[in-house]
Amino acid sequence: MNQHIPAGPADDEPAVAEAQGISKAFGPTRALDSVSVDVRVGECHALVGRNGAGKSTLVSILTGLSRPDRGEVRLQGQPAPPLGDRATWQQRVACVYQHSKVVPTLSVAENLFLNRFDRRVISWRRVRAAAQQVIDEWGFDLDVGLLAENLPVEQRQIVEIARALSIGSRFLILDEPTASLEARAVERLFGHIRRLNATGVGVLYISHHLEEIYRICQRVTVLRDGRQIVTGPVAALDQSAIVDAMVGSAVVAVAQAGTTARAEAAVRLRVEDLSVRSASGPVEQVSLVLRAGECLGLVGLRGSGNATVADVIAGLVPPDAGQVLVDGAPPRPGGNDSSRTRGVGYVPEDRHARGFVALMGVDENLTLPILGALSRLGIISSRRRESVASDLRSRLSIVSSSGRQPVGELSGGNQQKVVVGRALVSKPSVLVIVSPTTGVDVASKAVLLKVIDEARQDGIAVLLVSDDLEELRIATRLLVMVRGRVVREFRERPWDDRDAIAAAEGLVA
Amino acid sequence: MSQSVVRQTEGGSPAAPAAGHRISLQALRELTLLPAIAGVLIAGGLLNSSFLTVSNFIDVAQFSAALGTVVVAESLVLLVGDLDLSLQSIYGLAPLVAAWLIVPQSQLGQGADLPPAVGLLALLAVGLGIGLFNGVMIVKGRFNSFIFTLAMLILLAGIQQGIVSGNTIYAMPSSFVYLGSAAWLGVPVAAWVSGLIFLAAGLFLRYHRTGRAIYAIGGNIEAARAAGIQVDRIKIGVFVVAGGLSAVAGLMTAGHVDAVTANQGNNLIFTVFAAAVIGGISLDGGRGRILGAFTGVVLLGLVQNLLVLSQVSTFWISAADGAIILAALLLARFVEGIRR
Repeated sequence: MNQHIPAGPADDEPAVAEAQGISKAFGPTRALDSVSVDVRVGECHALVGRNGAGKSTLVSILTGLSRPDRGEVRLQGQPAPPLGDRATWQQRVACVYQHSKVVPTLSVAENLFLNRFDRRVISWRRVRAAAQQVIDEWGFDLDVGLLAENLPVEQRQIVEIARALSIGSRFLILDEPTASLEARAVERLFGHIRRLNATGVGVLYISHHLEEIYRICQRVTVLRDGRQIVTGPVAALDQSAIVDAMVGSAVVAVAQAGTTARAEAAVRLRVEDLSVRSASGPVEQVSLVLRAGECLGLVGLRGSGNATVADVIAGLVPPDAGQVLVDGAPPRPGGNDSSRTRGVGYVPEDRHARGFVALMGVDENLTLPILGALSRLGIISSRRRESVASDLRSRLSIVSSSGRQPVGELSGGNQQKVVVGRALVSKPSVLVIVSPTTGVDVASKAVLLKVIDEARQDGIAVLLVSDDLEELRIATRLLVMVRGRVVREFRERPWDDRDAIAAAEGLVA
Repeated sequence: MSQSVVRQTEGGSPAAPAAGHRISLQALRELTLLPAIAGVLIAGGLLNSSFLTVSNFIDVAQFSAALGTVVVAESLVLLVGDLDLSLQSIYGLAPLVAAWLIVPQSQLGQGADLPPAVGLLALLAVGLGIGLFNGVMIVKGRFNSFIFTLAMLILLAGIQQGIVSGNTIYAMPSSFVYLGSAAWLGVPVAAWVSGLIFLAAGLFLRYHRTGRAIYAIGGNIEAARAAGIQVDRIKIGVFVVAGGLSAVAGLMTAGHVDAVTANQGNNLIFTVFAAAVIGGISLDGGRGRILGAFTGVVLLGLVQNLLVLSQVSTFWISAADGAIILAALLLARFVEGIRR
């Protein structure tokens, strides 16, 4: 069943990490079934699989947070330390998680040496000097006196990586490190990874972005339903082979937007001379027109202002100048409820913080915006809710035990489907969507993009804020933003993805 | 981060914002209350001729010593990201139990007439023991600290009432009231002790590895665990220390008024929280300094003293207190606004 293709760098030295025949079950669920992975010295080894494939379980076993039912873990050629011996685990392996493990209220220097001060009584001068030395030694560029909470995500990751390296770990697990990075930061991260590889550090690289794997990794292991489908050099496996391994035989084709909206279609959204001062991406004199039945991709790096435009249209941020007209009328600035009633559906970027109510059921979340329509004198008709919600659940193929299952218990992909479903339930005339498939598995991604594309075909005007090429495939038109301004427009398909990305990077075409 | 970072990144790696700028603003938060304290001093001097006198400041110190000690205790608990409402009951119950063990039966004692030293040991045992119980139940039993310590507050206050049937214990031995009544170099012993506790706690939190672990736990408990910090042990330890400090604070007050009432500690916790929070200790944990908490105690102590001196009707003192606390919170928010 397991198909091993031997090859890769540095076969002579013991692997920095080796998992042999690992099995782990949670009750009746087989999370891992005799999985064997090794990460060699100086190697970047990709671990891919859909949500629920067993990646997290493998990571928790490799980092000593849980014990395998069967199988053995060896780190740097030695048997794994006992579970309770955190100090030794820390010396052998470090994991940079999706959710940051730095202490926001403490300085970079203190985060680097957290719980590792060389004496009981701390000399802050020595700590700062030692921290600076670590940062310099590994070629990072970071002010160790800053509070971690003032750092962007990219630099928080650097803090975690530097901490692991300074502890002596030569095995790093990067769990979706690029999920919240803009393209340029990804480049820098890749530079760091290559440099670390060159010094013999082994990396296990987990990502949903397959193109990253081809750029940075030498070998790849694909998991599906807890089983190891394939391990081999990336050069020998093309993208479709990896996708096949991830999703099995039933590959859902990503929807391709065909037609461009006709010029005479009704204007749904008009943004005129919009300017916003914002810490998360200022906007300067942006104008755009969005017609029914088109999907406008608003492309830009993090901080380019494209997400700020979305926030203004959704009514979350008041504009400093200019106006937003939905179906010809301006919503009350700053009033989220008002733009909602004017017909703007919104899928926020941070679904955990703003997308759904984790403790409420799927159906309740889906129908939150239309409670008024579902109720009489404030009393909700559960029958009508059931019919509306079950229709949405099947359209989005949301996998849940029932309509009452709390959304917090669902996988990331299904949570995002709920968020998108909620934005669609009130039948908006404009749908504003920010990076809808970030951190979502391949199959869910395909479903999400298909549903958004269908909504567009039904006549909804879609504004898609993204810098993910796969998402942008459903766009019928592109606007590129750099530093708060629209710098380029791609009016019609087909356009060259590389041109669009180059423009977003601020490179002159 | 925004555009500015993108622009700076052309060289390869993002340039960090100026560090000195951030740090000075951080210090600013600790000193938020200084203008307010100065204002109270000036207003007090103008309103009342006896306000700006050495003997009055000694009164303030005496009065604030016990409050301050409990504020240190609560600050520690807040910094690890929990809270402990029952500290006010420990503050009342511990000295009451101790006094009950040592005074004769005729004075509402228990009858054993134990020596004062045993009473002091009992005082500490009650404080530390209740702290340990709270800590173990909240950390190991995973109870919510608010509701668990609320229950403890009510229970302990009830026991305190019950032991003396609502009466007051007087006539305690001099060694028992020493902490609250004696003075060194003209300054109350309680004020010296409380000052030392502030100093020790401040230095410990800033320079001791366990002190830093407390910040790490409150700032991001998962990160603290991942760094190998003994999260559970330290949290329980903090509850124990907080209980002990509250018992000592209760002894200060008992010694000062030469009595332990059945109500000692009633409503104290509100003032304690107010002092800690206006001093910059975050209710979310991991943020704030003991120096800030100290300024909070000084401000509230001065204000209460001024209200008494100005002969504000006792029935209105609470309202004035509340108004001052609100004003201090608004001031703190205003300073936070400047930081952003």
